[in-house]
Amino acid sequence: MLTAAEWEIVALSLKVGGVAMAVTLPIAFALAWLLARIRFPGKILVDAAIHLPLVVPPVVTGWVLLLAFAPNGPIGGWLQDWFGITLLFRWTGAALAAGVMALPLIVRAMRLSIEAVDRRLESAARTLGAGPARVFWTVTLPLSVPGVLAGAVLGFARSIGEFGATITFVSNVPGQTQTLPLAIYSAVQQPNGDALAWRLSAISVGLSLIALVASELLTRRAGRGLHVL
Amino acid sequence: MSFEIEIVRRLGDTRIALTTSVGAGATVLFGPSGVGKTSVLNMVAGLLRPDTGRIVVAGETLFGDGVDLPPERRRAGYVFQAARLFPHMRVRANLLYGAGVDVDLADRIDFLGIDHLLDRWPRSLSGGEAQRVAIGRALLSKPRFLLLDEPLSSLDRPRREEVMRAIEHVRDVLKLPILMVTHDPEEAERIGTQIVRM
Repeated sequence: MLTAAEWEIVALSLKVGGVAMAVTLPIAFALAWLLARIRFPGKILVDAAIHLPLVVPPVVTGWVLLLAFAPNGPIGGWLQDWFGITLLFRWTGAALAAGVMALPLIVRAMRLSIEAVDRRLESAARTLGAGPARVFWTVTLPLSVPGVLAGAVLGFARSIGEFGATITFVSNVPGQTQTLPLAIYSAVQQPNGDALAWRLSAISVGLSLIALVASELLTRRAGRGLHVL
Repeated sequence: MSFEIEIVRRLGDTRIALTTSVGAGATVLFGPSGVGKTSVLNMVAGLLRPDTGRIVVAGETLFGDGVDLPPERRRAGYVFQAARLFPHMRVRANLLYGAGVDVDLADRIDFLGIDHLLDRWPRSLSGGEAQRVAIGRALLSKPRFLLLDEPLSSLDRPRREEVMRAIEHVRDVLKLPILMVTHDPEEAERIGTQIVRM
């Protein structure tokens, strides 16, 4: 079975994935809502920009993050000066990279589920005396929850599998940024590292499989929940 | 006057225009499909904005003269062609959605005969049951008037009779002004205190 150090890698991966999701979900929902509901000039460009991490080489995303968040970069410098914090070589940086890489997947799932909410139900709620905010919290959001959860689960799985952007942005620091894929990468580069690589890979596959099945089940439930008389 | 309506709205190639002023009771908007009867109801409810005109119901201006009340402030009890019950809420929660507080359901909507449905999910209701719940939900939101958009069109004959009686009760006992759309002459005759042809 796994040693304490290996469990630490798993725990770190879950922490990075969890924090990445906690921060990314509200942003993703806002973006998904914007894309699903609001018409504005340049929408196609915003849509494309959100999806960029899905298609550009991850090393490019990691490098852009590095330029932006380095102590002399535009955001990194500001974080350093005002709050005295840096994301470089830290697990928080790994979470940021994971969140950015997962964002397009989450936005896609959420957007589909928001678009699937029957607008006529929202109109009905308005005529019953509910203002736009109440309609959002009591009708739109609950009806898109299965899609939101499916997106979150998928995003979490994508987060704990993140490699290219993470290693470029925050490097491969054991105990800080060495998540499952980075540890597997290190293991396969060591002589006699195969056994460790096998064990960690098996955990990776298991976690991904669970996430995919959960996401699929939630998506199916979303389809059923939208049955309207 | 219950409804004073003078509206014009262009939707694509169709020009929807209606000028009418009607008294108490139920007013039926009668006419073939596609002339914009539902759009008129949507404009009265505040879900569709007229290009020009005014809408006054029971003395209060809902639209026109610089006024454009949002739907939630018009207090229209709108019963749609499809019941539009919230699928994620049980019947009880649907009924109470517009009521604000926990009202005595049994007392208020006794005549609809839906007491036994309160704990059911909307997807398990028949068409007639769903439509009666929709009428109950609209009435419990304390409306000043009722808008009915072909509420009987998706129902078979016995169910139509149930819902028709409920509408007559609202007209004769609760005495709420009603604006109803239909293209069925028999319904128009039976429900309408006055009939407006479009």
